[in-house]
Amino acid sequence: MRYEAPDTIKAAVGLLSKAKGTSRILAGGTDLLVQMRSGMIEPDLVVDIKSIPGMREIVAEKGGFRIGAAVSGAELEEHGKVGKMWPGVVEATNLIGSTQIQGRATMVGNLCNASPAADSVPAMIAAGATARVVGPKRTRDVPVEDIAKAPGKTSLAKGEFVASIFLPKAPARTGSAYLRFIPRTEMDIAVVGAGIAMTLNAKGVITAAKVSLGAVAARALVVEECAKAIIGSTLDDAALDRLAAAASAAAKPISDKRGTVDFRIKVAGVLARRAAVIAYDRARG
Amino acid sequence: MPLDANTPDLRTEFKSVGTRPNRPDGVDKVTGRARFGADFALPGQLTGLILRSPHAHAKIKSIDTSAAEALPGVKAVITYKDIPEQEGCDKDVLVNIMARGTALYDGHAVAAVAAVDASVARKALKLIKVDYKVLKHVTDVDEAMKPDAPVLHPGRFEPVDFSTLENAAHVSGKEERKTATRAHSNIAGRYVFGHGDPDKGFKQADIIVEHEFKTEATHQGYIEPHACTASVSSDGMAELWVCTQGPFMVRDVCASLLGMDVSRLRVTPSEIGGGFGGKTTVFIEPVALALSRKAGKPVKVVMSRSEVFRATGPTSSASMWVKIGAKKDGTFVAADAVLKYQGGAFPGSPVEMGAMCAFACYDLKNVRIVGYDVVTNRPKQAAYRAPGAPMSAFAVEGVIGEIADKLGIDAIDIRLKNAAKEGTVSSYGPTFGPVGLVETLEAAKAHKNYKVKLGKNQGRGVASGFWFNFAGNTCVSINLNVDGTLALALGTVDIGGSRASMCLMAAEELGISYEDVRAIIADTSSLGYNDISEGSRVTFSSGLATIKAVRDLKVKMCGRAAKIWGIPEDAVKWENGAAHPAGSNAGNFPPLSIKEIAAQASATGGPLAGHYEINAEGAGPSFATHVCDVEVDPDTGAMKVLRYLVVQDAGKAIHPSYVEGQFQGGAVQGIGWVLNEEYFYGKDGTLQNAGFLDYRIPVCSDVPMIDTVIVEVPNPGHPYGVRGVGETSIVPPLACVANAVSDAIGVRARTLPMSPPKVLAALEGVAASKA
Ligand SMILES: Cc1cc2nc3c(=O)[nH]c(=O)nc-3n(C[C@H](O)[C@H](O)[C@H](O)COP(=O)(O)OP(=O)(O)OC[C@H]3O[C@@H](n4cnc5c(N)ncnc54)[C@H](O)[C@@H]3O)c2cc1C
Repeated sequence: MRYEAPDTIKAAVGLLSKAKGTSRILAGGTDLLVQMRSGMIEPDLVVDIKSIPGMREIVAEKGGFRIGAAVSGAELEEHGKVGKMWPGVVEATNLIGSTQIQGRATMVGNLCNASPAADSVPAMIAAGATARVVGPKRTRDVPVEDIAKAPGKTSLAKGEFVASIFLPKAPARTGSAYLRFIPRTEMDIAVVGAGIAMTLNAKGVITAAKVSLGAVAARALVVEECAKAIIGSTLDDAALDRLAAAASAAAKPISDKRGTVDFRIKVAGVLARRAAVIAYDRARG
Repeated sequence: MPLDANTPDLRTEFKSVGTRPNRPDGVDKVTGRARFGADFALPGQLTGLILRSPHAHAKIKSIDTSAAEALPGVKAVITYKDIPEQEGCDKDVLVNIMARGTALYDGHAVAAVAAVDASVARKALKLIKVDYKVLKHVTDVDEAMKPDAPVLHPGRFEPVDFSTLENAAHVSGKEERKTATRAHSNIAGRYVFGHGDPDKGFKQADIIVEHEFKTEATHQGYIEPHACTASVSSDGMAELWVCTQGPFMVRDVCASLLGMDVSRLRVTPSEIGGGFGGKTTVFIEPVALALSRKAGKPVKVVMSRSEVFRATGPTSSASMWVKIGAKKDGTFVAADAVLKYQGGAFPGSPVEMGAMCAFACYDLKNVRIVGYDVVTNRPKQAAYRAPGAPMSAFAVEGVIGEIADKLGIDAIDIRLKNAAKEGTVSSYGPTFGPVGLVETLEAAKAHKNYKVKLGKNQGRGVASGFWFNFAGNTCVSINLNVDGTLALALGTVDIGGSRASMCLMAAEELGISYEDVRAIIADTSSLGYNDISEGSRVTFSSGLATIKAVRDLKVKMCGRAAKIWGIPEDAVKWENGAAHPAGSNAGNFPPLSIKEIAAQASATGGPLAGHYEINAEGAGPSFATHVCDVEVDPDTGAMKVLRYLVVQDAGKAIHPSYVEGQFQGGAVQGIGWVLNEEYFYGKDGTLQNAGFLDYRIPVCSDVPMIDTVIVEVPNPGHPYGVRGVGETSIVPPLACVANAVSDAIGVRARTLPMSPPKVLAALEGVAASKA
């Protein structure tokens, strides 16, 4: 196995493009190293991106934030301003693992590992985040929901990697939240996750919303029906019931060691509802 | 010398005992200096790895090791052929450490390699070609008892004819009664306990409750995986450094499996990162020795976590039926139970102990328990803290909880009404001496937790539990050092702070300070045979032997003082760390302190040491009562344990902090058993959750601080009244939490774990039946 820590994006892309066999980007390593140790994968090339300038920075851009691919969960939390604008994204990222894991784990690693249960992903999707993908041919900005395709599979082409995540400026009276269900209180993988963001008008009527569910399909889902169920409402009980029903209807889970189909379907509705209530309160400030 | 006059058999006043000094092994453990199983290294040592069956049940048609042997860096490859069967060895252990012809479970060892490093060893494993013919498998205990179940050991077990058994009707439901006379040859054993006539007793009942219960296998979950380093010399002398609860057992079993004289194998136990019963047998140790023998070099074998889950002992899974009849006032008139435990691929599930413990808390006139030991395609179960008892208590205490609810009697009162006391003929035979169940129930009732008002979706559960406690073979030496300090050599591995307790007992007996005694765990060539650290026997047995060894030393020290003073030996007594002239000589000489006697030892006859060897008896049982409060989220089935109280009889708490630690540890393991822990098998019979991510032991935030109350009803079988405390604490929690959930949301959990999907499904069932 070859380990490289290039100091430019170009050099990293060059290494990845030319690599034979299996190659992997190393960000925090909290997925990658575990997979290597357990013998799940044996990469021929590991490209550590932490030495590339800018990868560990958060910069203001167009009223929103650009977050480098190697920014850890702890750094994201300490930044403060990102969490004020998009609390759902930051609370989702901070749920990952433990204090030790937070010191390393990144949102981009969470995204590119392409687990359907990744916690930060539904939250990023709900916030309308885009991923900046660099590669041998061009640089492109891709909606976060289009990165993961299936468990362990992404839409990134050979030589490409994600350099940063962009969180757009949140309109006034916007609130976001993320909730997950785990059998324990921490150190666990989401059995269901629900990310939501919504914007209200001055009267408290929801004018825009985006809802994403994790761990109930092969990748995080964007559920239009959930958004429709609450747009135009003040999140009254009827709207919440419609939201929960839409979330449960959209869930297409499997039964496994972490939960059953019936359980995931039911809890998808419960969490969507509870997350919506939190987001609505946050939007009203 | 009138020693007994000033050290009565049951001491009640203590100076050192009952205090809470730091444990002697504490600093090394918190600084990382302590040496655990994987911390031993020898020059030139090889890395040993084990190839394991990927199938739950498969014929091994052939094993081709030639390519692995040819790989540079590989020093030995072994299969069962390298461990030929020795006369008199335990055949099941032999087959478990290395499959012979058939792989009996996912993870069963098939071959092993020793190589210069781990990466070469890993490559070598991949080069071993095993030709398997996959066979039908069975992992569920009820399925394994069916007539058409795949048979694990054809021809080995007598078919059981259920039609001739007294309570055949309850064995496995209607369906199987029809086919009851056919062969059930996965049944390795049947055990029956009880007295009186339950059938008659039930006729006197005002209320009868009976249900079926199921529990899943759980793993001991020790943090330290099995690890050992073996070194066999060309002259056949061997050494083994290993993390185990029983170095003498390891020595004797390995010697018998490998055909060695016991004297040729010296076993040194490491510090132990948890065992809970799981380290009371051998897995990798004989394999490491066989690899070292073949390679001619030291070999270290360290299991991965997934190997620990797949190939070492979890406890049994169980399927149970319990029926109890009571009068309106709560008096139990009859009790009946059938317990079916699968113990993995070999006989030996703890169903016999489960059956003995099931009703042991209660004074019953009519009681019957039948237990079946069943084999399945799972790893061979190993002891797990009060082996067998938590499952049967789950069923029995659950039925009692329901009877109390139905009769409107307080959960503690109904237990007080029926509690076993001194003189009660236990359900498994013996008559109890002084025991402390009533005291634990009264203390639980008086505790503040029992009075906290509960909120919405919250509930309270109560359960009691019993464990026998073991005694057994024990040998201790104590050596007086030149400066008057002492070296105490023990043969029981310290799995719960026992070195501290032994030092306290030695200090107490001598009248010196705790810091002046240093305890070590000796290797197998330095001390006589000791049974395993199991059955909550250590503080009782090694404590007893320590006290007696110290008394032996005191006699010798008094003798030296007598010599110095020129008076008869029996005119000297020991008090407060010194020899004093007694009787008519009292006051004639200034006392000789232990330091002074030590300093003159050489001049007065040579080194001073005390010894004691015994096959101890008289271990007193320990009873406990637990109370817990839970809150259930009715929309997700998630459960939070709000409060948890353990009240248990310790006889005498030598070191109260470590007694409390045992209470808390057992409770937390029991809570894990209820909430999420389970062996989760796929359709192909392979284990789906062989890691701590999906085998969910509780994390710190899952449990509240466990409150404890130590009850002390002295055990007359020990000079200080000690009872073992390590195991009883895991017996009540399964039922205690289940009873609390029932109180909170009206759902009676009879299948463990009560993971959120199960609780939610049950809640929806209740809602549907109300609608
Ligand atoms: C103890 C523990 C607890 C955990 N708990 C959780 C949890 O609660 N919730 C959760 O969702 N996850 C959890 N995880 C998984 C993991 O921590 C997260 O997925 C984390 O966000 C991964 O980030 P990383 O930077 O460590 O990724 P890495 O391990 O560095 O990378 C993960 C994958 O993404 C690829 N990758 C990384 N960066 C890029 C990039 N810039 N471009 C393209 N590909 C890239 C890597 O090649 C690799 O395949 C846990 C892991 C552990 C060990």
